[in-house]
Amino acid sequence: MKNRWTLYDPRLAWMLIAPVLLLLIFFLVLPIAVMAVYTFFTFVTAGVETSALTAANWHEFLTDSYYHGFLLKTLRVGAMTALLCGVLGYFPAYFIWATSFKHKWLLLLLLIVPFWISFTIRTFSWINILGEQGVINVALIKMGIISEPLPMLYTEGAVIMGLLHFLLPYMILNVYVSLESIDRTLISAARSMGCTSAQAFREVTLPLSLPGLAAGLLLCFVLAAGSYVTPQLLGSGRDALFGNLIYDTIMSELNWPMGATLSIVLFVVLGFFAAIYTRYMGMSQIVKGLGG
Amino acid sequence: MPDRSEVSLSPRPASAGAPSPAAGGSASEAEKPAVEFRDIDIAYGKFVAVRDFSLSIRKGSFVTLLGPSGCGKTTILRSIAGLVDISGGQIMIDGRRVDDVPIYKRNIGLVFQSYALFPHKTVFDNVAFGLKYRNVPKPEIARRVGQALDMVRLPGSEKKLPSQLSGGQQQRIALARAIVFEPQVLLLDEPLSALDANMREEMRVEIKKIQKATGITAIFVTHDQEEALSMSDRIVVMNAGSVEQIGTPEEVYETPATAFVADFLGKANMLAGTVSKSDGTTAVTLAAGQTVNVTSPRPLASGSKVTVVVRPQKLSIGAMAGANRLSGRVVSTSYLGGSAIYEIDIGGKTNVRANAPINGHVVREGETIEVGFDPGGCVLLDESGQRIS
Repeated sequence: MKNRWTLYDPRLAWMLIAPVLLLLIFFLVLPIAVMAVYTFFTFVTAGVETSALTAANWHEFLTDSYYHGFLLKTLRVGAMTALLCGVLGYFPAYFIWATSFKHKWLLLLLLIVPFWISFTIRTFSWINILGEQGVINVALIKMGIISEPLPMLYTEGAVIMGLLHFLLPYMILNVYVSLESIDRTLISAARSMGCTSAQAFREVTLPLSLPGLAAGLLLCFVLAAGSYVTPQLLGSGRDALFGNLIYDTIMSELNWPMGATLSIVLFVVLGFFAAIYTRYMGMSQIVKGLGG
Repeated sequence: MPDRSEVSLSPRPASAGAPSPAAGGSASEAEKPAVEFRDIDIAYGKFVAVRDFSLSIRKGSFVTLLGPSGCGKTTILRSIAGLVDISGGQIMIDGRRVDDVPIYKRNIGLVFQSYALFPHKTVFDNVAFGLKYRNVPKPEIARRVGQALDMVRLPGSEKKLPSQLSGGQQQRIALARAIVFEPQVLLLDEPLSALDANMREEMRVEIKKIQKATGITAIFVTHDQEEALSMSDRIVVMNAGSVEQIGTPEEVYETPATAFVADFLGKANMLAGTVSKSDGTTAVTLAAGQTVNVTSPRPLASGSKVTVVVRPQKLSIGAMAGANRLSGRVVSTSYLGGSAIYEIDIGGKTNVRANAPINGHVVREGETIEVGFDPGGCVLLDESGQRIS
């Protein structure tokens, strides 16, 4: 009877997290480890590689500016998308927080509605809006404002637009959650001491919502920089991002060792940004944001 | 209720024997109240939180709004600050109407129950906040913040963050922050409720001391009768959105104007009865059957229903019981050291509470004893629960 199980038994805790732990080990950690090993394999010809260890892939990545250009462009597009999300997402979040509308949950539900439709289909829908035969061009031509369709689709702008469409709800939710955690008497206090409402926003609301904004920025940046469907569908060849490069290397060139190397590079670079964020903000903010 | 609104409306003459006259209140200053409410109503949608509230508060005095939660006391406080809009009446601060003055232009210090310190700002920046928005030059800000921190006995804490301070210390900083810019009125919204019992006692004394030293007009909101009685110059007892009584702590405690006040402050014994004789002395036959003699401020008609209100401290027991001896059985005894609280069943489903000094031995449960009170040691309420005066 000495080994009776109780609810708080550490053994029970281990058993409860075991399935998730095993899943993570076998389907996340192990595959990444295999990829890491692959980066040292030797590429012979398309689809053929040997396990003879070599640093050639890393040497190629580190010396070829073709890859560096891709990496920098990917980080730039990711940063631009994240910043636009921050600027455009803060206002709706603030509005949802500040409104005295009785059914706030409805507004929050509206944020989640897009997730009911497949991400790929949502991305495709931009083709019907921005394309040569899309709504905007057809309407403008019919109205006689332009004679030739505007080249909007298959540009970097279209890619960023698609990413915004996909990522804005994440930003809004993150900012909303951090606004919601602000004690409103702080604002009353600031107002009673002589702040106009704009000044109270600058002194209290904005600084206290920054953790949520930062969490949103990181999330949007990582997801944008790691995206490959959106640039594939809405961008031209020139607008390909690092994810598309990896796809091409593995699927077209059938160069698995180089593909693995590029994957690990992206993984490490994005991990680096997440680590910096965690160092200063703490991961809990993102978890809060994702939990709504 | 007309007599009550009269009490609240008439400015108290300086000679009326208020125990704590306004600090430095010259005659001319006394004429212009620091804060005056004229018939204010506050409604949230259809719910009327405050009805016909009138009060004038003298400069430098410490006034407490006392009542159970939901009685409208916090709403009134917030209306002075401009955090709540009034739906009728007028609020004047130093004789100036403020209904239309936006919150940030009213010169008011606020202390919240939750402290409401800015968590991302240092103690210095918290306290300096009000000064910054009054365009006080920097060296002057530093000097006055230092002074305020000295006053709340936390000098040298400028660089700390609120999270590094204890609850009591945080509330001191909140107090410093509210008084540093010398507001016309200091509003305290249950500032002690979040503190533990020891800290509460200490802060009570501290707040009162600072209020006296600065001579600031303070309005204090609480549901704790002990806080109200120990700190206030005047107490406004409120219930369900309207005023029950306004008076000094002694007045509201000794001569409660209504049954509510008698019960809310100190749990008085309320003995229902009928006037049985009223020539010279008034005799009341209690529901329990006994007859007691009481002093009535005016002759009462025989047969009219009254409630005799007696404070537990005014009841004596055993040999000490003089007039109006009632005999009963002790139901419970709480020994408090110097005195004991007895609950005594005097028959007719009536229990009375007596708080009596220990004389000889502590009376135990089940013993039969005599309780009594002086005819002048009680207050009479009429049928509607109003004090007979």
